[in-house]
Amino acid sequence: MTGRGEAILETQALCARYGEVEALRNIDVAVAEGELVAVLGPNGAGKSTLLRSIIGLVNASGIVRFRGHALPPRNPVAVARNGIVLVPEGRGIFGPMSVAENLQLGAYVIGGRGSEFERRHERVLALFPRLKERLAQTAGSMSGGEQQMLAVGRALMADPQLLLLDEPSLGLAPRVTAEILETLGRLNREGLSVVLVEQKAPLALKLAHRAYVMANGRITAAVDPRKIKSHDELAQYYLG
Amino acid sequence: MARAALGYLPALLAAALVVYAIAAGGYFVALAGFALIYAVFVSGLNIFMGYAGQASFGQNAFAAIGGYTSAVLTTAYDVAPLPALAAGVAGAIVCAVLIGYLTLRLKGHYLAMATLAIGLIVYEITVQWQSVTNGYAGISGIPPLRIAGFEAASDRAQLVLLSALVALCMGSAWLIRHSRFGRALVALSGSEEAARALGIDVARYKLAAFVVSAVYAAVAGSLFVHVVGFVSPEVFGMNMVILGFTMLYVGGIGTITGPLVGAIVINLLPEAVRGLKDYQDLVYGAALILILIYAPGGLAALGWPKRTRPARADAAAKLEPASVEP
Repeated sequence: MTGRGEAILETQALCARYGEVEALRNIDVAVAEGELVAVLGPNGAGKSTLLRSIIGLVNASGIVRFRGHALPPRNPVAVARNGIVLVPEGRGIFGPMSVAENLQLGAYVIGGRGSEFERRHERVLALFPRLKERLAQTAGSMSGGEQQMLAVGRALMADPQLLLLDEPSLGLAPRVTAEILETLGRLNREGLSVVLVEQKAPLALKLAHRAYVMANGRITAAVDPRKIKSHDELAQYYLG
Repeated sequence: MARAALGYLPALLAAALVVYAIAAGGYFVALAGFALIYAVFVSGLNIFMGYAGQASFGQNAFAAIGGYTSAVLTTAYDVAPLPALAAGVAGAIVCAVLIGYLTLRLKGHYLAMATLAIGLIVYEITVQWQSVTNGYAGISGIPPLRIAGFEAASDRAQLVLLSALVALCMGSAWLIRHSRFGRALVALSGSEEAARALGIDVARYKLAAFVVSAVYAAVAGSLFVHVVGFVSPEVFGMNMVILGFTMLYVGGIGTITGPLVGAIVINLLPEAVRGLKDYQDLVYGAALILILIYAPGGLAALGWPKRTRPARADAAAKLEPASVEP
């Protein structure tokens, strides 16, 4: 770790399978307080499975520690209440509901109302002004970029201590991707710890303090982005 | 403002038809009465299917529990209608908790088939348990509903009482939809994984929606027997399931007023085409198809701008989990 702070998240010997296929094999990763850690790798490397295993959405063996305490396995409710929030691949917004309702659900743990809710709501709308214009609109009728903003905004409504993002740039135009990642970078500089899964490695490495490269369910490299000088060098980490 | 008013137009028209029935009396009162009872039944179905996005072909089971409990307690044990209704609701809740705990682990078609089986099982019980239900001969002499000293002895009085109950029903459905509970139900219909990731206990909410739906069904069942004064197994058979589904989709699944609109339209439509004699079934079927083609969100959703149309069970974004084992 970079020494930015204490470890906020650690996994130890994390394993997961899809039937006969080992999706994760003995994954040991760590994220320090205030770090933005990228998880890179090709399709099928196990990046999404890693995030879903941390959250408890899949059956996984091994240990996941949050601030030194082991998280209960296969219990996403408890993980969310601990302050770890996932922005899933494909956004996972609730299409039939309005933008306002999606944001309200983000604060589900605190009941979706009250002064603390209002504070978070104002913060999210300040970060994503486009959402403020569309509060009454059904989320499913928004563009992909707006849906991604909503997905991130909804996650921020939970006031997470650790934000996990699974390929936020998927299917988005470069301009929109840049806008969203810039917001993420700003949130990280303000102290939010982030794990960012991305296939677009150069974008992720611009923001990340550290990066893990995965392939075939394993961590193949732990990388300092500042030391990567070229695409060829990055490709070497992918290819092993 | 005008757009919002347009959105409520189908519901206002449905309410106007009920008011007309009260004023006109006669056969329309009976039609409207059945429509209002079904509005209660379909409201419950809407909570489980429309809000929570689950499938149930067995809500008639809980209507049977409510109906037969009311019938037996009021005729054999001289219990007053309201406590008998409450007992029927309590019985439906217990059954819904037990059945839901076992079956709600299933999803999609499997859940639909399991709930269908429950409906068939309860139907068979009402046929076979003759010492209590009197089998196909049924139970007659069920007294009219009496609430706070007001007895709904005449057809018009029944319709007024039913109207008040349906208004209560719609109001409670609105409150549910706009509560934290309701938002969580709609969330899990969109994506169970995304809902879990937000801290929503999906299993608990599915069970709660199933139980709430059963309560509405039990109330509808009890209302039916008190309005008609008679009950037999066929009342709560497959026909109720088919009618309920039709009303839900024609009215607008996931909307607040859809159950009322659908119940009124489906009850009145056969009467509107009765004059066509040999062609009435054909025209009825064609009318249903046309409604579903040109109002796919249901009649109650027609007036809403597409971008702000009330939530429906079909989600724009789904996150399907892969099955994983360590």
